[in-house]
Amino acid sequence: MTKHVLIADDEPNIVISLEFLMRREGHRVSVARDGDAALAAIRSERPDLVLLDVMMPGRSGMEVCQAVREDPALAGTKILMLSAKGRDTDLAKGTALGADAYVTKPFSTRELADKVRELLAGV
Amino acid sequence: MLSTPLVLAASFAYLLLLFGIAHYADGRGRQGRSLINNAWVYALSIGVYCTAWTYYGSVGRAASSGLWFLPIYLGPTLGMLLAWTVLRKMIRIARRDRITSIADFIASRYGKSRALAALVTLIALVGILPYVALQLKAIASGLALLTGSPGTAGPWWQDSTLYIALLLAGFTIAFGARHLDSSERHEGMVAAIAFESLVKLLAFVAVGVFVCWGMFAGPGEIFTRAADRTDLAPLLGLGGGEHFAAAQWFALTLLAMLSVFLLPRQFQMLVVENTDERHLKRLSWAFPLYLLLINLFVLPIALGGLLHFGSGRANAETFVLSLPLALDSPGLALLAFIGGLSAATGMIIVEAIAVATMVSNDLAMPLLLRAQRGSPRDVSALPLAVRRTVIVALLLLGYLYFRVAGEAYALVSIGLISFAAVAQFAPALFGGMYWKGGTRAGALAGLAAGFALWAWTLLLPSIAKSGWLPAAFLAHGPFGIALLRPEQLFGLAGFDNLTHALLWSLLANAGLYVAVSLARAPTGREAAQALRFVDAMHDAGHDVGHDSGARPVAWRGAGGSDELRALAARFLGVDSARRLLADFARRRGGSPAAPDAELVNQLETQLAGAIGSASARAAVASVVEEETLAPDDVLRMLDETSEVRALNRQLASLDRLKDDFMSSVTHELRTPLTSIRAFAELMRDDPQMDPAQRQHFVDLIVAESERLSRLVNQVLDMAKIESGHAEWRNETIDLAALVAHAVETTAAGFQARGITVTVEAPAQVPALHADRDRILQVLLNLLSNAAKFAPQDGGRVTVRLQADAREARIEVRDNGPGVPPEQQRLVFEKFRQGGDARARPQGTGLGLPISRQIVEHYGGRMWLHSTPGEGACFGFALPWHAEETKP
Repeated sequence: MTKHVLIADDEPNIVISLEFLMRREGHRVSVARDGDAALAAIRSERPDLVLLDVMMPGRSGMEVCQAVREDPALAGTKILMLSAKGRDTDLAKGTALGADAYVTKPFSTRELADKVRELLAGV
Repeated sequence: MLSTPLVLAASFAYLLLLFGIAHYADGRGRQGRSLINNAWVYALSIGVYCTAWTYYGSVGRAASSGLWFLPIYLGPTLGMLLAWTVLRKMIRIARRDRITSIADFIASRYGKSRALAALVTLIALVGILPYVALQLKAIASGLALLTGSPGTAGPWWQDSTLYIALLLAGFTIAFGARHLDSSERHEGMVAAIAFESLVKLLAFVAVGVFVCWGMFAGPGEIFTRAADRTDLAPLLGLGGGEHFAAAQWFALTLLAMLSVFLLPRQFQMLVVENTDERHLKRLSWAFPLYLLLINLFVLPIALGGLLHFGSGRANAETFVLSLPLALDSPGLALLAFIGGLSAATGMIIVEAIAVATMVSNDLAMPLLLRAQRGSPRDVSALPLAVRRTVIVALLLLGYLYFRVAGEAYALVSIGLISFAAVAQFAPALFGGMYWKGGTRAGALAGLAAGFALWAWTLLLPSIAKSGWLPAAFLAHGPFGIALLRPEQLFGLAGFDNLTHALLWSLLANAGLYVAVSLARAPTGREAAQALRFVDAMHDAGHDVGHDSGARPVAWRGAGGSDELRALAARFLGVDSARRLLADFARRRGGSPAAPDAELVNQLETQLAGAIGSASARAAVASVVEEETLAPDDVLRMLDETSEVRALNRQLASLDRLKDDFMSSVTHELRTPLTSIRAFAELMRDDPQMDPAQRQHFVDLIVAESERLSRLVNQVLDMAKIESGHAEWRNETIDLAALVAHAVETTAAGFQARGITVTVEAPAQVPALHADRDRILQVLLNLLSNAAKFAPQDGGRVTVRLQADAREARIEVRDNGPGVPPEQQRLVFEKFRQGGDARARPQGTGLGLPISRQIVEHYGGRMWLHSTPGEGACFGFALPWHAEETKP
């Protein structure tokens, strides 16, 4: 059951690790390097899940998340926020904006994989 | 005629009766069943305003000018309208600060100024002396008339007036100077004075009734007959003359209105002796009623006397005595004499006590204390001795004045001179109660000017008219300068001498008071006292029976308790001092009190009762260091608070900055950690991983670890520089060599990316004194940035070193993408990395900020010039000679 996962992060090495992890999970992966590219990719490629970094150049992860949730056409897109900040306020903000999950960096690859599986199970 | 022994015996008996009343009242007071804590007694005791001057003088004045005697009683009647506001405030202030006299009151208002206390005392003393003489004269002439003796013609040792004066001094001491703490009220004296008021009123009314209904068929007949006489008819009008002298009426009414508050004896009875401010309510109508009653028969007696004796044949001032005598009613004459005696003695007793307190506290004690400064002996008995001496001296001086000048002037004129003297207190006293801007200098200037003008326009002329000064200067001015004629000063004519004097003296007094006060802001102590006085009614301590609130003037609690104990013992006596300290300790709940500000204040208040507030302050100041509150101090305190606020704001913003920094650092540290952890876990979970893939991951882990350690080092570096804890190992540097070294160090990196580096530098530059490693750090940072952003294969980097007389300039130019204008300002800020995100793994976002810190530490500056698309040029300049700045 191949799903399409979009990785939106501006840190190349993190992208590499996430890409590897998602491929190993058996998903199709595409990558966006900043917020604007991420939003464009979500609209054009309609990924099942977006691993969305909060701190990105251009549009931030929060803004991308908000734009997605405001677009009824993209209602089915699952969003997993990744942040190196990991403060409670950020978490609250992320979930308030409609993120399906919020994971702080550095993350455990196993937990992240579990979370992704969980999110994609319903799709 | 009555026999002299009879009159003297009756007088002495009367005085003994007074003393008995005083003794009884004192006893009641000690038992806590105070006789004088009664509004009627209080109102009657204020009747001390009516002296022999009223008793004899009013009739004399009415006989010569009709209703012209009235303003002197209209003034106080109007003044009583202010009892509940002005007087209540005075009482509150005096009670709270244990004020003992009017000098104390004024001095206390202006920062407990001893100079001011002394000046007020001096004015009161000089002003009151004629008034005391007047009382002696009244008694003497009454006695002479009653006994038919020749009066004061004989030598002084045969003059009964002298002995009366000494006798009165003795009585005054017995009434008012037996014990010390003068802020404890003189219960006995007040009771005796109230009784005296009753006696003089009854005696005067008795004479009035006798004249109206005994000699004539009622007042109607007197007035009718007087109206028929051409010489007497004008007396029935207002002011006796053809025109109503409005200015004089106004001046005299105002003068009397001020005097009822400002005469030392009035202040004593109204303020110091007041037991309960609620008594003021009854006073405000009972005292005017008293004045009305005692004046009711003035005109009938005067007219009756004139009708009986004929105009100008008898001294109208003694009609009260001469009419009963003439109609063969010796009993009534004796009663009238006793009435006059009570009027005179009442005034003398209270005035002498009040003035003695002032002289002792504000003139004598400060001098005596200064004379024996440092000697630790008990001086608690000294104030009492001083007071007694002053009382005797005052009466003897009064007698002297009476012998010298008493015959020359009518009673009423002498009294008015005194009134005008004490009226000078009005601007400083009332101004001080309602205007916070009044200062000590203003009060001193006003009082001095008013007093000088009073002396010039009123006192000197009175002396001249007595024949003791050449009268020429009255008519032509001193040295013939007409402008300075005392009674037409600066050409002001058309007023009677009193109105003229009052106008000039009060004008100069009030004018200078306001002007000098405005010229300089009040000092801290003046401002503190001003607040206490002006806002006295708003004090929390509504209960006037207690000292309320803390004093705004603070004492540093620097004095030792031993010194305070010694001080207290010196002035209050050992027992009182011990009691005071023990009381204080008990109220504080336990241990012997540490000499804190409260204790010191309390001691000062106690001492103020004994030696006056100005002296008390000086005494306390000698052992305790005072917290002086100059405006500068107040401003400084304000500044300090605003400084504290500014610091708080700064700290808060620093806190925010620190939070931002920490949050940034956390973010920056977590990013490489995320990669490292992810790669490591991926390898752990996949033992079968392709070796090439595994190698790639391991390389990435190594690179991210390097980034992480770089980051940690730079964060620590930054923190050290910013907190000022960085070490700067300064040495002499050859910048050209250093640039070459930096380029050499980074050459490999440039080569690997196919970037050419050009160095443009003079062979020789001046030596720079700085930390070599730090400057190298800046150069390496700029070079590595250039290496990052110059395009691969075809990139060109130019390093240029220039030197001028002032500074060295180093620039590193690349031909990369450049920095967008909106980012140019940000590149020197922490964690604001510019350029392509893909170039970032090597960057920490701290390189440029640290470089800038280093450059600025050596007094230099750092910049970036960049046009997007045409590369970037980072540069910095270092002055050859620079003061190192703290970061």
